[in-house]
Amino acid sequence: MLTFYLFAPVAGALLIAMLPRDQENNSKYIALSFSLLAFITSIITFISFDTSKEGYQFVDSFDWITSEIGGFNIQYIVGIDGLSSPLILLLGMLSVVSILISFNIQYRQKEYFIWLLVLQTAVAGVFLSLDLVQFFLFWELELLPMYMLINTWGSGRKHYSAMKFLIYTLAGSAVMLVAFLIVGFEVGTFNIEAIVNQPPIDAFIPLSLLFWAVMLAFLVKLPVFPVHTWLPDAHTDAPTAVSVMLAGVLLKMGGYGILRIAVPIFPAQAYEFRTILAILAAFTVVYGAVITLQQKDLKRLIAYSSVSHMGYVLLGIAAFGAVGMSGAALQMFTHGTITGLLFVMVGMVYERTHTREIAEMQGLMHNMPKIGAVMLIAGLASLGVPGLSGFVAELTTFLGAYKMHPIPTVAAVFGVVLAAGYILWTFQRVFHGPSDRKWDNLSDANQWWEYVAMALLVISIVGVGIYPSVITESIESGIEPIVKILEAVI
Amino acid sequence: MTDFQDLFVISTSLILLLGAVAVLVIDILFPNNRGWLSVTALSVLFIAIVGAFLQFSFGDTQIAFYGAVSLDQFGLFFITLVIIVAVIITIASSSWALKLDLAGEYYALLLVATGSMALLVQAQDLILIFIALETTSIAQYVLVAITREDKSAEAGLKYLISGAIAAAIMIYGFALLFGLAGSTSLSDIAVFVNSSNSDIRLAITIAFIFIIAGFGFKMALVPFHGWVPDVYQGAPTRVIAFLSVASKAAGFAVALRLFYTGLGGGDTFIASDWAMVFGIFAVFSMFVGNTAAILQTDVRRLLGYSSIAQAGNIAIGLAAVSVGNTVGASGVLFYLASYLVTNLAVFLTVIIISERIGSYELKSYAGIIHRSPVLALVLILGLLSLTGIPPTAGFIAKLYIFNNAIQTGEIWLVAIVVIGVINTAIAAFYYLRWVRIIALDPPEVDEEYTFVISGRMQFVLAFTTIGMLLIGLAPSRLIDLAQNAASTLL
Repeated sequence: MLTFYLFAPVAGALLIAMLPRDQENNSKYIALSFSLLAFITSIITFISFDTSKEGYQFVDSFDWITSEIGGFNIQYIVGIDGLSSPLILLLGMLSVVSILISFNIQYRQKEYFIWLLVLQTAVAGVFLSLDLVQFFLFWELELLPMYMLINTWGSGRKHYSAMKFLIYTLAGSAVMLVAFLIVGFEVGTFNIEAIVNQPPIDAFIPLSLLFWAVMLAFLVKLPVFPVHTWLPDAHTDAPTAVSVMLAGVLLKMGGYGILRIAVPIFPAQAYEFRTILAILAAFTVVYGAVITLQQKDLKRLIAYSSVSHMGYVLLGIAAFGAVGMSGAALQMFTHGTITGLLFVMVGMVYERTHTREIAEMQGLMHNMPKIGAVMLIAGLASLGVPGLSGFVAELTTFLGAYKMHPIPTVAAVFGVVLAAGYILWTFQRVFHGPSDRKWDNLSDANQWWEYVAMALLVISIVGVGIYPSVITESIESGIEPIVKILEAVI
Repeated sequence: MTDFQDLFVISTSLILLLGAVAVLVIDILFPNNRGWLSVTALSVLFIAIVGAFLQFSFGDTQIAFYGAVSLDQFGLFFITLVIIVAVIITIASSSWALKLDLAGEYYALLLVATGSMALLVQAQDLILIFIALETTSIAQYVLVAITREDKSAEAGLKYLISGAIAAAIMIYGFALLFGLAGSTSLSDIAVFVNSSNSDIRLAITIAFIFIIAGFGFKMALVPFHGWVPDVYQGAPTRVIAFLSVASKAAGFAVALRLFYTGLGGGDTFIASDWAMVFGIFAVFSMFVGNTAAILQTDVRRLLGYSSIAQAGNIAIGLAAVSVGNTVGASGVLFYLASYLVTNLAVFLTVIIISERIGSYELKSYAGIIHRSPVLALVLILGLLSLTGIPPTAGFIAKLYIFNNAIQTGEIWLVAIVVIGVINTAIAAFYYLRWVRIIALDPPEVDEEYTFVISGRMQFVLAFTTIGMLLIGLAPSRLIDLAQNAASTLL
């Protein structure tokens, strides 16, 4: 089942690759159908996932590489627990959305959809892998489609941004690999479940060093100040669909990695450095928000708000309690849908106005009421209005973090105030005010794919906002074992 | 042991060397029928490889000529490697060589080089090592200069002079070792090393550092790399393709043989000196190769520096000898096998593309994917494999050799692996830039032209491509082979 979910997009990519040039226009339909298949699979697994059972479910595995000596035994093993199940759903949904909003891509669309589908498989591999080396393999595999997509279909300084993204991630993951190999050497296996059950007590390299080696990759990906600088560039210059994937699921790889690997394998070290993590998190929240306020480019603004919001995830994790970590995991899901939607809307606005300068826009509400309304929903969700999904996640995070880290939490709450500031102010500047002559003949959202993309995300935002336990039940069952591990060392 | 059995042990190299004579005779007898030359060379290589497989199925290690030559799986592994390279190069040369004045000599020298390499990897005696190494070197000096054009002749001279110096230093080392041990036989030297104490540590260390100069020249390790960029640029590209894989493999084979058989293996008191020396060479080779490759605009020079960096990666396997058994050595074998398919795939596509467009400039590769998607894809796959990105052979090879270094449990080797993975990020910069040029940049000239890939070229391209993917996806079999072959060193 999960293997199908993992490889369906690649199968679609292969099919598109074999398409003759003159039928290039069909590539988007192939891409859509394969990613829909994956989405449906993820819905089925999400619904039939049994939150009362412990451990991983829907596990597929076989021995991929075996060697008699040298400890080079690598499994292919995929499975989900309560933590990854919502992320798989999120990825399935956002992939469909990102393919939908790319429907009017004309420039080399065949390659475009191939890379988009490969990206989906790579990210799915990260969320599903239960073997450290396999995890790393997909982690690296994700670089290539991202590099290609930003480099070819991006805008502005796309070469620079793509290379920056590549170098940051490669450098971050380099030491992670070494740490993985050392853990594998000490424990004698790369299977994550087995390692978590019997974490290394001592290694020939200090465990705290290994912890930070692993964390570095995840913190770069999350991203956290001061290793966040690749993100605004990559976001600004990436095509809309890639921004959606980047904000929606790629950043989650960082948070997911911390919860799945860094904390369970190095619980004592993670707990030891909790204050540093919390301070980093709070600083990222406030710093990101302050920088966001100063942005003149609409897309860059959302990008920096992403940095600020991912700070909450780290803060929730640094709380090292059931509530805080659940909040962090929920925040990953909700931020995926909310910021994904924000980028979709910015993309739609840009497609019509051909500018992203906030100063050049005003009164767009007159011409595009639908886009404006959805943008408002996404914006309100982003700043945490009750009844929408962002509120639940942020509230849970703060509740969980306050007891452990009062000062950073208070500082981070201040970030919410700033968020209200930049979201409302931006909305007012762009959509309100008298209508501008030059925008008179702009159309509102009018294509079926635009409606579907918006509807999917709005439904999930409102749905989770009103009835959060759809997601939280699953997340809590995934966080529970991590909390148990932590309680054992505290 | 009878004389006949002695001949059986060296039968592969005998077949190849006699085949060289046969090629020359045919060239003299039928000067107008030069098409037969490549057929003869191929059939000689075919007989040799069948012979090698027969010997392989024979199983046990055999010694001949009073211990000067041995027949073991380690030797056969390398014999198979170099013959495969020779077969691919012969097939790839079949139409090009017809235009040479010296077509007969070309094939004969190729067979001599291959045959003496086959003898080299079987040699168990310093004198024989020296003679075989010189024979293969001399054949290669001539091959480099075979077109008798200025560039080619200059490259040949450069290669000759630096090779001669390296050989001279190496023979100093041999003399020192002979002076210490009183024998040129590797097994006698091992007995001496094992029975002596650390008083002679310095002397032996100096001896093998001198000897490494000779092998390091073959492997293209820093600081013996000075010839690489110029020779890669000046020599016929087919000859370089041969050198870059076969010659490198032979260099590493002798180094391993010398260490395990001649210096007593990982348990002796000089093992740490040996490991340290190669660790330092590895670090410098990776940094020098990768940083210099970034600056190159000619693809041949770029591949030259890339081959230096790759040699640095392989040398990590030589530094990991202290793991106690032959795990580190098996990493070298595995890496060389994947390097064979990868590097040959890259060289073959470069040969086809550059001979068609008449330029080796990096920027003239712009938009090749529109001219010939197949060639572009093979080249991209090869470059990804050189970088070490899944799902190619290069990823597994790097992973395996890094893992072997970690298995030693030594902190300084972890540091070297960290440097290795950081260098992978540096290498990604220029390999992926090349990928970008091929796949994404618009073509430089609008002129329409197509590539015609002959059936022979299609065959070798398919072989190398399937090899890259097969090793990348199902490496277990090759890992077993490499480990078994390496274990016969002890």
